[in-house]
Amino acid sequence: MPVQYTGIVEEHRAVRERAGLFDLSHMGELFVEGPQAGEALARALVTDPPQLPLGRAHYSMICQPDGGIIDDLIVYHVAAERFLVVANASNAQVVSDALAERIEGFRAILDDRALATALVAVQGPRAAPILGPLTDADLTALRYYAILEGQVAGVPALIARTGYTGEDGFELFVEWGRAEALWDALSDAGRAAGVSPIGLGARDTLRLEAGMPLYGNELDRQTNPYEAGLGRVVKLDKDGDFVGRTALERVARDGPGRRLVGLIVRGRGIARHGHPIHVGDRQTGVVTSGTYSPTVGAPIAMAYVAPGDGEPGTIVEVEIRGRRVAAEVVALPFYRRTR
Amino acid sequence: MPVPAELRYTKDHEWVRVDGEEATVGITEYAAGQLGDVVFVELPEAGQTLEQFGTFGVVESVKAVSDLFAPLSGEVVEANAELAGRPELVNEEPYGAGWMLRLLIADATQVGELLDAAAYEQLTTEA
Repeated sequence: MPVQYTGIVEEHRAVRERAGLFDLSHMGELFVEGPQAGEALARALVTDPPQLPLGRAHYSMICQPDGGIIDDLIVYHVAAERFLVVANASNAQVVSDALAERIEGFRAILDDRALATALVAVQGPRAAPILGPLTDADLTALRYYAILEGQVAGVPALIARTGYTGEDGFELFVEWGRAEALWDALSDAGRAAGVSPIGLGARDTLRLEAGMPLYGNELDRQTNPYEAGLGRVVKLDKDGDFVGRTALERVARDGPGRRLVGLIVRGRGIARHGHPIHVGDRQTGVVTSGTYSPTVGAPIAMAYVAPGDGEPGTIVEVEIRGRRVAAEVVALPFYRRTR
Repeated sequence: MPVPAELRYTKDHEWVRVDGEEATVGITEYAAGQLGDVVFVELPEAGQTLEQFGTFGVVESVKAVSDLFAPLSGEVVEANAELAGRPELVNEEPYGAGWMLRLLIADATQVGELLDAAAYEQLTTEA
């Protein structure tokens, strides 16, 4: 996946206004199968996959015993006794290893198909009209965060209504060798609708506007889900133990030590990853991701700040190359599509 | 990509137009294209003194942050205020409305240390 094909802003707008194609084959597809696949995942992850109806998905995380995030994931209940866990590319091996270890003792096996599976996403308001005629699957019955099996342009696929852009759209999991045919079919079918290939640059600006965290920026092993504003994902009320439970119960009780917020820069300059954030003469935190937002028309950022400085409307200062620039704390996301 | 013959260039992709005692400075079309959509330009104030090949500002695209290097030593006469509101001019008209600085040249012999159009064009085709 290149940083850009034609230009980040152009690609960004294509997804917001029309549709974009993403080659996400670098992601890690891990299947967990067996009579106790759900229970095994409930032990390994912070969510409760046995509660997922067949054909539904949820956002999840795999944590260390101390509550630090190893990766954020999407878990799909693809068939009876069969779950698909999608991990970030950079963590795919680590997650695969951790899952293999954590499901030991359960009647479940891990089938790591990261290298055998390609992932193509089509995202944007015209994604459904583009994909519909190419597939035998009933897309109108496929809800957000749901998945089903079907054919797309003759290629057997798992079709999921998920994404990382803040738009409606689909993620198509296919056999590695069939990805090119699928890509070409989607490109051709989408030409009249104005579909564009999208690079990593726009993938980042799109997810940032949608307030979605990126592993390595907002999330890492030194960060727990509550700090990242993802406490609702952690199912402390599920049965049985899971890795990280004790530590996460403590954070849930005591409150996180810092808070992930959205910022809109009001002064001149663009906040970037690593820039310090000040309130008066006190450093309150640091920027985790920042860019110029094509949709907002201003520089936006996500940042960790002290819990007391995280209320929307709070004015902070971002230190950009030694200069302090005013920014306003705002509620996430920066962008919400109109349905 | 056409490289205007009448300008001189740095290896860091700034151009300079020498006009008597004054020089106008910007970044090349090649540089603007590599950066992508320029969304912010930070420039020095009038009166500030620049050293040849020292940094004078920053240009940011959605993709990246890049330092700007002065082609010549001199005093800033004017920075292009238009770029504060319309940074995209750097992409649209890199050799025209997207100019960045006017300088009072301190040492005209420094022009000899810059690349001419042919040498700069070669640099960008090798890259």
